[in-house]
Amino acid sequence: MTPANIIAEIFYSIIGIIFALVGVKALRDPGAQKKATTAAFWFILAFTFILGNYLPKWITGVCVIAIAVLTAINGVKQSANDVPDPQAVRASANKLGYKVFIPALCLALVAVVAATLGGSIPAMNWLTANNAIGVSGIVALIVALVLFKAHPKYAVIDGTRLMDNVGPVGILPQLLSALGALFTAAGVGTVIANGVSAIIPEGSRVIACAVYCIAMALFTIIMGNGFAAFSVITVGIGIPFLIAQGANPVVVGALGLTAGYCGTLCTPMAANFNIMPAALLEVKNKYAIIKSQIPVAVIMLVIHIALMYFFAF
Amino acid sequence: MEALKLIGVLIVVIGFAIKFDTIATVVIAGVVTGLVAQMPVMDILDTLGKSFISNRTATLFVLTLPCIGICERYGLKEKAIDFIRGIKNATTGRVILIYQAIRTLAAAFSVRLGGHPQFVRPVVVPMAEGAAVAKYGEISDEVSDTIRGASAAAENYGNFYAQNCFMGASGTLLIVSTLVEQGFDVTALQIATWSIPIAVISVLVGAWRDLTLDGKLAKMAGKGASAK
Repeated sequence: MTPANIIAEIFYSIIGIIFALVGVKALRDPGAQKKATTAAFWFILAFTFILGNYLPKWITGVCVIAIAVLTAINGVKQSANDVPDPQAVRASANKLGYKVFIPALCLALVAVVAATLGGSIPAMNWLTANNAIGVSGIVALIVALVLFKAHPKYAVIDGTRLMDNVGPVGILPQLLSALGALFTAAGVGTVIANGVSAIIPEGSRVIACAVYCIAMALFTIIMGNGFAAFSVITVGIGIPFLIAQGANPVVVGALGLTAGYCGTLCTPMAANFNIMPAALLEVKNKYAIIKSQIPVAVIMLVIHIALMYFFAF
Repeated sequence: MEALKLIGVLIVVIGFAIKFDTIATVVIAGVVTGLVAQMPVMDILDTLGKSFISNRTATLFVLTLPCIGICERYGLKEKAIDFIRGIKNATTGRVILIYQAIRTLAAAFSVRLGGHPQFVRPVVVPMAEGAAVAKYGEISDEVSDTIRGASAAAENYGNFYAQNCFMGASGTLLIVSTLVEQGFDVTALQIATWSIPIAVISVLVGAWRDLTLDGKLAKMAGKGASAK
């Protein structure tokens, strides 16, 4: 393994430990619901992150099916979290002032600086963009602990609290990328591409950009989830009709996902963004948020198509 | 039967649309696609495991959680609320626009402000409606709905269009792992950089929207007054 890979494996092991600690938290919580299945979910996930790479890959395949069964039977629940006391938070905010933003700024900036260094200095090529994210997570954590004079135990308490808040859905992007790989292996992309080639005239870049962005938005409207649309539409349309025709994959990928979000703004399927907040804000018309968003979504989608056309080629 | 291969896509679409468990939907779609393509079961398990391992990149955002969690404990959200409450004499449209700008910046730095329940409802809506009441007196349900809709929308614009500017965001990592898996060498830094233009443009479009909102409210309030 290269140094870059070794460091990446260390970071994946740290993620695995965080998963395992969420499982331990569930086991130790006397009031936790579905304790056994919840702990099993997090431990299996931890196992794949820490050891999966060194074992025959079908073992991880079985683990993936196991975690899907555990979520399908609704077996994964949040356990009790040490939620910060609102008065203590207020007091700390008053004491620290706007300094409280420093670690968050570090998180973003250290990642950019580290990735840039790693990309430009050959001796630091272990610092890939992915490893830079891990480095920034650790540096910003240390900055926070020192600046706030916080007990290091809060790294564990708050890290597992947030991971538990995110829940099993946190693994969705990874599973969707894996699904994209399976689709490609099975030739799904080719089938979609053959169908779509009827709409896109040979060599028409504008139409290809428009079809990709609109398909992203439409699939997101139907599914209510831009991530899922991205793996399907990028494999089926983005790659054959844009990237394979010479479009820059970075521009296509970055704009592709946010083009999908134009669809999220228009759909009641994305209930937690568009419908639940309407109830929460006690709006009389439950579609008031979507109504407000549709003009912006349409304008943004047109801008996405234009940007992709001008910058990807 | 080439079209049969699309069954996996169909499963994803239906599974998400009927709100079946998302993780199970994706895994079922993958397994069924493999079966339809006549891959042996061991090959399916192997491909599933291999691509799950190689796409662990998409889950790197977990490494940022301890720092973000500690910042919350020490008052990050409270200071953001202090900042926006400090704004005086703004019109409804401007309050919403300022919130969108703050939400955009926060998303780009992966700062969690609490979204609709913890920020829009207790802070933005009272300020935006307060500005309208100060200007027009009593406001109708229709005006109130418009203001609340626009406030909730500002949260979504900032959240959606700016989150990928952060290298460790799950959306950014999804793009990276999907494209790398398909054989294109892209990095999180490149994707984050190319996500900046849309974030900036979204604030400009929001600015147009929010500033025309003030004119629209004046018209709606005028109509209400003449009806009386």
